Order: sequence, then structure tokens, then C-alpha cells
Amino acid sequence: MIELENVSYGYGGNALFSQLSLTLAPGSFHFLTGPSGAGKTTLLRLCYADLRAMRGKVRLFGEDAGALDRDAVAMSRRRIGVVHQDCQFVDHLSIAENIALPLTVSGRAHEAASDLEELLNWVGLGPQAAQLPPELSGGERQRAALARAVIVSPDVIIADEPTGNVDWEMSQRILSLLIELNKMGKTILIATHDLTMIRAAKSDVSARILRISNGQLLQAGTDL
Amino acid sequence: MKSLLDLIVGDPLADRAVPQTGITARLTVFVAAVMAFLAVIALAVSLTTNRVVSVWAEELAQSATLRLPADPATADALLLSALEVLETTPGVSTVRALSQDEQQALLEPWFGPDLPLDALPMPQLIEIVADGDGYDVDGLRARLEGQVPGAILDDHTAWRAPLLQAASRVRLIGWTVILLIGATVAAMITLAAQAALAANVQVIGVLRLVGATDTYIARAFVRRFTLRAGAGGVVGAILGVAVLALMPQGDAPGSLLMGVGFEGAEWLWPLLIPLLAAIVAFFATRAAAFRRLRQHT
Repeated sequence: MIELENVSYGYGGNALFSQLSLTLAPGSFHFLTGPSGAGKTTLLRLCYADLRAMRGKVRLFGEDAGALDRDAVAMSRRRIGVVHQDCQFVDHLSIAENIALPLTVSGRAHEAASDLEELLNWVGLGPQAAQLPPELSGGERQRAALARAVIVSPDVIIADEPTGNVDWEMSQRILSLLIELNKMGKTILIATHDLTMIRAAKSDVSARILRISNGQLLQAGTDL
Repeated sequence: MKSLLDLIVGDPLADRAVPQTGITARLTVFVAAVMAFLAVIALAVSLTTNRVVSVWAEELAQSATLRLPADPATADALLLSALEVLETTPGVSTVRALSQDEQQALLEPWFGPDLPLDALPMPQLIEIVADGDGYDVDGLRARLEGQVPGAILDDHTAWRAPLLQAASRVRLIGWTVILLIGATVAAMITLAAQAALAANVQVIGVLRLVGATDTYIARAFVRRFTLRAGAGGVVGAILGVAVLALMPQGDAPGSLLMGVGFEGAEWLWPLLIPLLAAIVAFFATRAAAFRRLRQHT
């Protein structure tokens, strides 16, 4: 699905990581951990071509991401659902319209009506469908972002701290949603600080746990 | 054709994704209307100048004046000789000696109606009208020099050349003004589009994240600014035409001040102004949008 081969990236001349390799196989489940500033978000952004590798190669669905033009990047992103840490939305559109946005931009808006209601109920946002994003709580926004990420049934779901702004109960609910999606065959990559979330997931899913630290990506195994 | 229809009808869902920018929208329509109004007036002035100068130049090119010396002793003999020379000159269609009343009428603006013309030694004027091909001016001058001593042939070249040059300059200024108006519309639309794009950075970021192509995102902006410029252009062009229609119209075909406006098929020109405004807006917004979108990943 997504491969990083000897990838290097840095900011302002300082290398954040170098010679980093990662393969997200179809149907796999990955947790990415590491201290703040280690490069978790940067690594995720490389995975959906929001950043271009300074060295090395990123392959999205077999294609060299560095060689993709802007339209091709857009097409690749339709196969990758992204849940941002800060959950950005189009604030003047309702939650239902925001969640349907990936279908709208890919010319499949007519599919929205049937899928959308089901999805809203699945993430527990049925009653909030007509509300605007600024009117939702942090947890509701996280779930809305997750619903938006999965509405086009993407092959890969990348989530950056998806439980960062929510309480324990809500984080378990979001985790359950991601595990359910994985069981449906989706590839999942989650960056998180939340070790309790990883421990909670271990009983339900066979996840690879990766740790990024000091510019190295290490396999943490299933034990933390 | 489908693309044009898509541009006009638009995609309501795509349009909804980009919020309306109230003041920018109103200013765009206002500036487009003002520019279209000015373009219609500039066009009318340019076309009218062209038309009036064509009439003047044609009249001057076809006519000439022969002035005979104001000597009462030789006046009749010179007039007969001059008429004979002119009537036998190939290319001269009509020859007519002006009457005393006509000559007095020519002098009236300067000396008033009570000028005692009989008491003054007035040169006799002869109006010469050429046929389509005209006559050999130098040859005629040579013959007149031999047979009508002291006669002066004025073929209006001294008047016509600077007049045509001035008319050409006025036309050039007119078209330059229209080009500058088009460039101003393009610059204004570019600024407005850039402001709208800058105000929607978050929206653009979200749309890119969920897989929107640049064309999809740009379309909403391009459509809005094109329609706004077109709408402003229609309003401005209608106002411009209305003002021209209210201008006092004179009967004299060569009157510039009394005839500013359009004639016949020229009335179709103002129809092009809103279309041109929309085309300029389309390309200006498209260029601004793609330039801005390339800054997003």
C-alpha cells in the first residue's frame, strides 16, 4: 500500500530522521509512538504525500510519490483517509456536509445520502448532523474527522493522535471504530502518545508497534 | 460548450465549499460595472471620431478651391480662363464659381452680416469637385500658372493630413484606453481572487486533504469571479449605452460633439464588453487560483 524506503526529512537544515524505511502492507495495523518532536506527524504526512521526501523514496500504491503530479496526489488521497490531530473542517458547512466532502470532491455526491446517515449513526453523530463544526466538542470533532476519513471507503486510514482531545471512554470508542475498519480490510496507521490505547487494542487486533526516536524507526514489537 | 454550461450553472456542492465573500463580491461587480461603462464610452468616442473624420476626410479629398486675384479689371477674364482650364481637366467632375451671397456667407462668421462686399476687392472663389479617381493636382497647378496668373489652388492637403493624423491618434488613444481598462479589470480581479484565496486557506487545505484536485478547487473561485465580472459588465454596458442614447444628436454627419455614440452595426460592440470582462476575469482568476494552489501540498 504505502512504502517508505530510506527516507530522509528535516527542517531548517536539521535532519529529523534519515534512512528511514516502513512498509504498510494491505490490512495491517500499525501504531507509531515516540516523544514529541520525534517526527511522528512528519512521517504520517510523508505517507499521504503532504510532504515530499528529501532523500529516499515514498511509494503510494506502487507509484513513486515524488514523481506524482498534483492531480495524481489528489487521486492517491482519495484512497487514504486522514484524521488530523487538529481536525480541520470547512467551518461554514454542516457536519454532514463536511463528512460527505470526500464524496463531493470525487464527484460521487449522489452516494452520500444513503452512506452518510449510516456513517453518522456509526460514529454517534446522528443528532449533530446539521450542526457546524465549531459547535461540536473535541471528541465529536474527532469522530466527525474519522467519519470523513472513511466515507469513501479508503484503502488506508492514517490518524494523528485521534484520541488526543477526548476522554478515556471516547478514546475507546474511536479505537473500536478503527479496529472495526481494520477487520473490514483497511490498513491503519495511528500515531499516538497514548500507551493505554495501544495496550487496550492488543487484545482485539494484531498490531505492529513502531517507535520513532532520535531519527530512528524501531520495531517495538507487541510488548511495550 | 459543456464547459461553458458547467461554468454558468456550476456545481452547487462545490460552490458551497467556498464561502461567499460579501464585500469582495460587491466590489468586484462595482469595479467591473465602472470599467465596462468607461469602455463603452471610450469605444463610442473612438468609433465616432473614426466616423466623423472619415466624412471630413472624404469631403476634403474630393473638393478643392481655386482662388482668383481680387483685381476688378481682370476678374471676368480670369474667371473665364479658369473655368475653361478646369472644365477641360480630366478628373474634375464639377466646377462652380461661388456667388457673391455664398462668399458673403463664408465671411459672415468673422465680419458679421452687414459686410459691404461690393465695396471691397474680394477674390473670386471657385469650388472644384473631383470625380472618383481625382485629377493631377501638379499638372493642374502648372496649367493654371500659365493661363490664370495669380490663381491659387487649395486642394486642402494642408488641412487633411494633420486631421487624419489627429484622428488616427484619437483612435489609438481610444483603443489604448480600452486595453488599459481590460488590464485594470484583470489586475483588480487578480487581487480580489488572491484575497479570496488567502481568506480560504483552511478550506483549501481541507479540500486538498480529502482529494480535491486544483481544477475542482479553482473552479468555484473562477466561476464566481467570472460571473461577477460578467454581471458588472452587463450593468456598466447598459448604463454606458443609456448615457450615449441620452446624448443630444445633431443632423450634421460631420459633427463630433453632436454625434458621440454608435451607428448601425456599431451598437453590437457594447454587447462584447460584458463578455470581454467575463473572459478577462476567467483567465485572471484561473491564473491567480492555480498560482496560489501550487503553494499548498
